[in-house]
Amino acid sequence: MDKLVQILKEIRPGIDFENQSGLVDNDFLNSLDIVALITEINDEFDVIIPPEEITPENFNSAKAIYELINRLQK
Amino acid sequence: MKKRIFAWLFITVLITGAVLHFMSLLLMPKYVSLSREGALVAEYYNEADKNREHQVVFLGDCEVYESFVPPILWERCGITSYVRGSAQQLIWQSYYLLEDILRYETPQIVVLNVFAMKYGEPQKEEYNRMTLDGMKPSSSKHRAILASLTDGESVLSYYFPILRFHSRWKELSFEDVKYVFKRPQVSHNGYLMHTEINGAENNYEAIRNEAERFLYEPTLPQMAFDYLDKTRALCESRGIRLILIKSPTRSVRFWWYDEWDEQICEYADNFGLDYYNFMNNEALKINWDTDTYDEGIHLNVWGAEKLSEYFGELLSSKYGLEDLRGNQQMCEIWEQKVKKYYEERNNSI
Amino acid sequence: MSVTSVEYVLFLFVTVISYYLLPHKYQWILLTVASVSFYILTCFRCIPYILITSMSAYLAGLLIGGEAAVPVGGKSRGKRGYKKAIMITVLILNFGILFVLKYIDAALLGADRIFHLTNSGYEIPQYDVLLPVGISFYTFQTMGYIIDVYRNKADAEKNYFKLLLFVSFFPQLIQGPISRHDELAEQLYEGHEARWKNISSGMLRVVWGYFKKLVIADTLAIVSKSIIEYPESFGGGYVTFLIVVYTAQLYNDFSGGMDIAIGTGEMLGIEMRENFNRPFASTSVKEYWKRWHITLGAWFQNYVFYPLSICLPMQKLSKKIRSKFGRSFARRIPVYIATLFTWLLTGMWHGAGANFAVWGLLNATVMLISMELDPLYSRFAQFAPRVHSSYAYTLFCRVRTFFLIGAIRLLDCYRNVGETFSRIFSIFTDAEGWRRFVRGGFLRLGMKSSEYFLILLCLALVLFVSSYRERAGSPLRYKITERPRTFFLCVGALFVAIVIFGNYGLGFEGSNFIYNQF
Repeated sequence: MDKLVQILKEIRPGIDFENQSGLVDNDFLNSLDIVALITEINDEFDVIIPPEEITPENFNSAKAIYELINRLQK
Repeated sequence: MKKRIFAWLFITVLITGAVLHFMSLLLMPKYVSLSREGALVAEYYNEADKNREHQVVFLGDCEVYESFVPPILWERCGITSYVRGSAQQLIWQSYYLLEDILRYETPQIVVLNVFAMKYGEPQKEEYNRMTLDGMKPSSSKHRAILASLTDGESVLSYYFPILRFHSRWKELSFEDVKYVFKRPQVSHNGYLMHTEINGAENNYEAIRNEAERFLYEPTLPQMAFDYLDKTRALCESRGIRLILIKSPTRSVRFWWYDEWDEQICEYADNFGLDYYNFMNNEALKINWDTDTYDEGIHLNVWGAEKLSEYFGELLSSKYGLEDLRGNQQMCEIWEQKVKKYYEERNNSI
Repeated sequence: MSVTSVEYVLFLFVTVISYYLLPHKYQWILLTVASVSFYILTCFRCIPYILITSMSAYLAGLLIGGEAAVPVGGKSRGKRGYKKAIMITVLILNFGILFVLKYIDAALLGADRIFHLTNSGYEIPQYDVLLPVGISFYTFQTMGYIIDVYRNKADAEKNYFKLLLFVSFFPQLIQGPISRHDELAEQLYEGHEARWKNISSGMLRVVWGYFKKLVIADTLAIVSKSIIEYPESFGGGYVTFLIVVYTAQLYNDFSGGMDIAIGTGEMLGIEMRENFNRPFASTSVKEYWKRWHITLGAWFQNYVFYPLSICLPMQKLSKKIRSKFGRSFARRIPVYIATLFTWLLTGMWHGAGANFAVWGLLNATVMLISMELDPLYSRFAQFAPRVHSSYAYTLFCRVRTFFLIGAIRLLDCYRNVGETFSRIFSIFTDAEGWRRFVRGGFLRLGMKSSEYFLILLCLALVLFVSSYRERAGSPLRYKITERPRTFFLCVGALFVAIVIFGNYGLGFEGSNFIYNQF
């Protein structure tokens, strides 16, 4: 989880990712960020996030993203 | 709940129907100051609804409703008549209008102007409307509509005229509101008066030669003859005498060609019908300098009176029409009409 | 059969009544029959195309789905190799058909321009292909289904006729919306009880759609057409006016069509996705495309943009660039390429012609520039928070977005890239055009002042209705249909308005009624 937050902070500094939700719905992350995020996650966590998982539900909070990663790792 | 739904459905249908009906009356052109021709077909019912009968009925286009004057036919010969003409009345429209007339009365003579024989196809949508909208709903009207439809017209718009005239909301005039329910009469038993004088040249030969240029089809269309047959048969079946005529004109564009005349003569001969071609009849004494209002295309009131008097006398003498000036009831009715006629004629001078 | 015709209304009437007369089990069959009948009545000779699409999708679906799925994101993709091949074959087949039908005439014309075939005496065969009804919509919807099956987001449909229904569902054929299988399919197949709320609400929505199309859109179309027909004569103020008029026309026509489509679905108890969400409230182009033609944007994002921007080759490219040009540049490349490519396709979806491709690319460019300017906007928000959150600024953004989108949309009007840019340029240079326009020129475009007044009233009404949902929480029509009285009277009023003010049939040209035998 910490690694994830670190990645997020690198991509978009200034946002409190531990607590902030609605990342996609409220435009905290734009498509540039999402794509970069996915690239980093794929590398860092050795998963392949498929396009169909790119939904607001999966990316609206750091917690949701972490759950996604866990799911993919199984 | 279900009851409420059906109740309100019913109420809404009624209200909507009433509103649309009223709007339809409001938005339809009234044909009182502009395009008065559009009022002609409907005005027949003013007479028919009062169970009035006529010895002679005229059918045809402008050459008929601007050439024959029923009040004059009455005044000079005691003949009762109606001119059921309309704008560019096509031959099949004449047939269906005759069917319509026969629902109310059976005249002794039907006079048909043959100029419309040159049209074998639907022509202009606006003239269709001016002829057909005035008819009361009937199977004749339905068949007339079907025969007259041009591209883009729908039968539905004839039964619901609001579909055709709804866009007039942008140009409603005081006249539209004033005459929503009732219109003043514009014709005299179907005669539409013109009192202006715009003379024409009376060189029959010269005009005929010039008109040759515009002869595109020397043979009259078969469809026209089909409907002429139907008209003839209908008249025969009811014991009505059918007379064919051609009104006089000096117009190059609307000439009556010899080629066409021959075909009509032949038809008349074959079926024993009388055919009077008034194009160049000296006995009419028509003065083309003063008797036309549009440089020779149509007669004005002066020319029409002459033609009416001549034709009236011909009808009386040759076909034994009764002179109804002895009939008290008829006199009352027709004296009114003659009075109105002269009022309008003299006021316009 | 046109949607704005008496025939469609009758068809709808018959379909809805028959639907609710049937037991739940068979209701979907009626929908299938209705959809196929609709297709036959609209374009009989187009049937082979929709059959090819539905059958190929059916077979591919069975072959791809149906087995125990390989876990998503799993490392070994070998088993999915043949499934991928099948999917790609079907995609190529169907998109190929769409592409050929859309582009064949343009291609031949283009070839002629390059090779001057006609000059050498060759005759270009004019295929003059009329696109099969709805092909752009049902192809995308069905290919979405196939891709979803591949991704294990949807189960393969085992009943061909059920799939045929999904492909050809008649309300969606003409203008969409493009639905997803997981949202629509189940609703199509399950039975529905006749409920007053659905039927009345749906019907009201359908009539509202007719109102927007026939009264507003078809009337404004007259003005648009006049301005577009003679571009040289109508520059300056006229072009600005065209932007406004055409936008209003297009919105009312398109969203009106949506009202008819979604309203039809609602009458049948089927909820379809909205395609519009108050698009003119958008403060940026990016937001606009999330509020206008929503389902198309979603389709492209889901099936083109994201797959392309995060696919393996793209990630490898990004890494390569990172080592040479740095991180920030490397991050941009996938998004730029994916955005431009996606929007190029979106433009091509709209039509065959350079102007459509340019339209797509322009929209993409504006959005990318806007994205790059993000930090600037954040700074602005920081330094002048009161201005930034003020209504005036929001209004400014909305107007700016409106005209930006509208100007780009002119490519759709003039159909020619050069012409469009020259017209836009004329807004700033054609003083004569402005003068004529302001001095009453707008009254000589086919609409009288009484009509302008009417349209303004109607637009105000549309604004009221569409903003009601935001303000009150639920759509206005739910409130109206609570009581039969308000419902019926509303429908009656709308019906009368459509009959009288709708722009249909033959117009009344007084001069044509003047009898002169000519």
